Amino acid sequence: MKHRTLGFAYLALSTAALLAGTTLSLLMRLHLAWPDWPLPLHGPILPEEYLGLVTLHGTLMLFFVLTIAPLWGFGSLILPAQIGSRRMAFPKLNSAAFWLLTASLLIVCASPFVPGGTAISGWTAYPPLSAVASAGPGQGLGMDLWLASIALFSLATCMAAVNMLTTIVCLRCDGMAWHRLPLTVWGWFTASLLSLPSFAVLLAALVLLFCDRHLHTGFFLPATLVVNGIVTHSPADGSPLLWLHLFWFFGHPEVYIAVLPGMGLVSMVLANFARRRVFAYRLMIAVMVLIGGIGILVWGHHMFVAGLSPFAGSAFAISSMAIAVPASAEVLSWIATVWGSRARLTTSMLFALGFVSLFITGGLTGPILAQPILDQYLHNTFFVVAHFHLIMAMAGVFGLYLATYYWFPLIASRTLNERLGKIHFWLTIFFAYSTFLPMHITGLAGEPRHYAQLTGIIGPSGTLLSSTMPLQRHITVSALCLALAQIPFFINLWITLRSPATSASNPWDATTMEWAPNAFSEDPAAPEPTTHVAPCEYSLDGETFHPQWQPVTQPNQPE
Amino acid sequence: MPTIFTPPQVDPRRKPDHSHDPGEGDHGSGRRPPIDKRTGGSDNGDGDNENWNDRPVGSRGPRERLSQTRIGIASALAGDMMFFIAIISAFFVTKGSGQINHYGEYVNTWHPTVIPTILRLNTAVLVLSSVTAEIARRSMFRENDAMDEWIGLGKPISRRAAIWLSATLALGIAFLAGQWIAWRQLAAEHVYFASNASSHFFYIITVAHAVHLFLGLVALVAALLSLRASRQFATRQIWVDTTVWYWHAMGGLWIFLFILLEFFQ
Repeated sequence: MKHRTLGFAYLALSTAALLAGTTLSLLMRLHLAWPDWPLPLHGPILPEEYLGLVTLHGTLMLFFVLTIAPLWGFGSLILPAQIGSRRMAFPKLNSAAFWLLTASLLIVCASPFVPGGTAISGWTAYPPLSAVASAGPGQGLGMDLWLASIALFSLATCMAAVNMLTTIVCLRCDGMAWHRLPLTVWGWFTASLLSLPSFAVLLAALVLLFCDRHLHTGFFLPATLVVNGIVTHSPADGSPLLWLHLFWFFGHPEVYIAVLPGMGLVSMVLANFARRRVFAYRLMIAVMVLIGGIGILVWGHHMFVAGLSPFAGSAFAISSMAIAVPASAEVLSWIATVWGSRARLTTSMLFALGFVSLFITGGLTGPILAQPILDQYLHNTFFVVAHFHLIMAMAGVFGLYLATYYWFPLIASRTLNERLGKIHFWLTIFFAYSTFLPMHITGLAGEPRHYAQLTGIIGPSGTLLSSTMPLQRHITVSALCLALAQIPFFINLWITLRSPATSASNPWDATTMEWAPNAFSEDPAAPEPTTHVAPCEYSLDGETFHPQWQPVTQPNQPE
Repeated sequence: MPTIFTPPQVDPRRKPDHSHDPGEGDHGSGRRPPIDKRTGGSDNGDGDNENWNDRPVGSRGPRERLSQTRIGIASALAGDMMFFIAIISAFFVTKGSGQINHYGEYVNTWHPTVIPTILRLNTAVLVLSSVTAEIARRSMFRENDAMDEWIGLGKPISRRAAIWLSATLALGIAFLAGQWIAWRQLAAEHVYFASNASSHFFYIITVAHAVHLFLGLVALVAALLSLRASRQFATRQIWVDTTVWYWHAMGGLWIFLFILLEFFQ
């Protein structure tokens, strides 16, 4: 398939997963606030069903939305044009990856409908719950389907990453040197580079878990285990901690894979609408690669309370605090790029600024959680839920909306309606903060996450939970409003796609190669794209600009 | 004749002195071969006189698709190595996970598996198969013979490479057969996959490697088929080159795994 078609296909897959994942999260919120509320045609949500919702929500959102859409979806659509190529390196490999991902999504969506229901071990699948079929409802066939789905996903991701890496290394056009690549491409490059080792390690861990489940091994199971009153023995004295190490070695780079393309795009879009160069452009390239590199060294901060040696905890705390340095450098670059500019506040620009805002808010709680002594208290509370939803889920989704609004003229030859876009933006960011900021408060009060039941508990826990219940109800209402706030976006899509195409080829006066006149041409006789300058070449007054594809006619063009 | 010649005066209306133009002139070592001025002829010292690297994508010469495929297979192998590194780190963690129980005794349930000696023969067979594979690969690039095949004058190279690749295929099958024998020997000693921690790792490591090697056999068969069926010589080169690099990676990995299993249990 052509990469453009594949891009749309990946985005369609992610949209389906996004709609399903959002529905599941709303069901979770409704159950938490009003536990007796019966789901139509079903009845009240049972605790194991709640945990199944948690598992599927996490799996769908993290894997199928945040890994596929920014990286393979928009990457397949836009990356070749941004580097001046008309094709990707291995189109058949890209196609194969897409079909494997489709199979993966179908398998995981089938898991609620099998006997026993969907797996309840979360997207993190900790053993022994995930390793012993009798350990809980859905841990039989449901868990096997989850394993199969994510194994296929890992394989497909490695294939797509090989394609993207080779495309960026080999297919850059004339003049597209590494220091002239847009930061978006650097984001895709770093994310692909991270995908390969992390998903390979996940695949290894899944293979070992499969052996524990079906071949009577004991990689993750201790010698003697009591499951539901039945004593089980494993032939080897394994440890669940081994799974945690392997999984989080994957799991932490995974969240950077989810957010790095968005970070790159935000830099470029802020520069575009502020009519300025990206502040410290080459440093930002190094920063992005550094975030990727350090991101491989911090996985233990998910395991501070798992029984690690305190010295290991200190080591991971240091590396986790260290990663705040390049991340802060990136944030400062964003701020410095727009500070004092008379930026044109289009919807894309607003979503880029929203990304910055959410990144800062979510990121500030990172160094808090990175300290083991604080994480002792905050682990598994709503504080953590607030942290990753703000910085990864909301910022990631804002990145996806940003990409949609910004590149819509390229993809569909029309510009999305600005008024509806602004309504969409302000409603979304208001309700995003309204939903996730109160979670910090409930988390600090000690409210645990993953609990299916927040009411009817006796004792001090019950007192705590009933004190935070008003906020939980607020969060639920706000989450519903957040979901409803997406309606203007779909209305916008509908009316824009039905309106006639416009001919404006570069409505944002962008400088990057995908906006060049023949960037997407299928005509083999069309001239090859060439790059002449670095991106974001704007005049000092911001009035004129020199796109990357335009030849240099005057000497002494600044690089 | 006088022993000293006085050279006659050369016509002062000389031709312009081009000897300092790039590509022209003596450079002190006799005349350099003429350089094709259409392609730029920039002799930047890396042998790239034809300026291949600075041309647009798609016109970068006969090695372009090959270098792209090599970068692809290198990234894929990097990911694959991480898969094995994950299993190997689990190996070391499990091996070193002795603990002090609640009686104050140090307990370590790691009982090293003595590996069957046939594995040494298998290692030798695999190393030999890498040698034959490399002979096949290099023969695809020998310039004089490649020229003939490139322009369609018969298929001398493809035939020779096919013989060496078939030898590699046979040796690969022999390796897998030897691995199978090793597993049967262990089973005869009642050491199965699920027996204990160290046998878990012995089997998972050897089976994972064997699966990858089987995929290498499939690739070898595909390369042999391409030598027969594929019409472009460059495509045949790419098939053989990619397959052989993958084969070498699996061979190198096996040596590492063998040393691990033999000496580090």
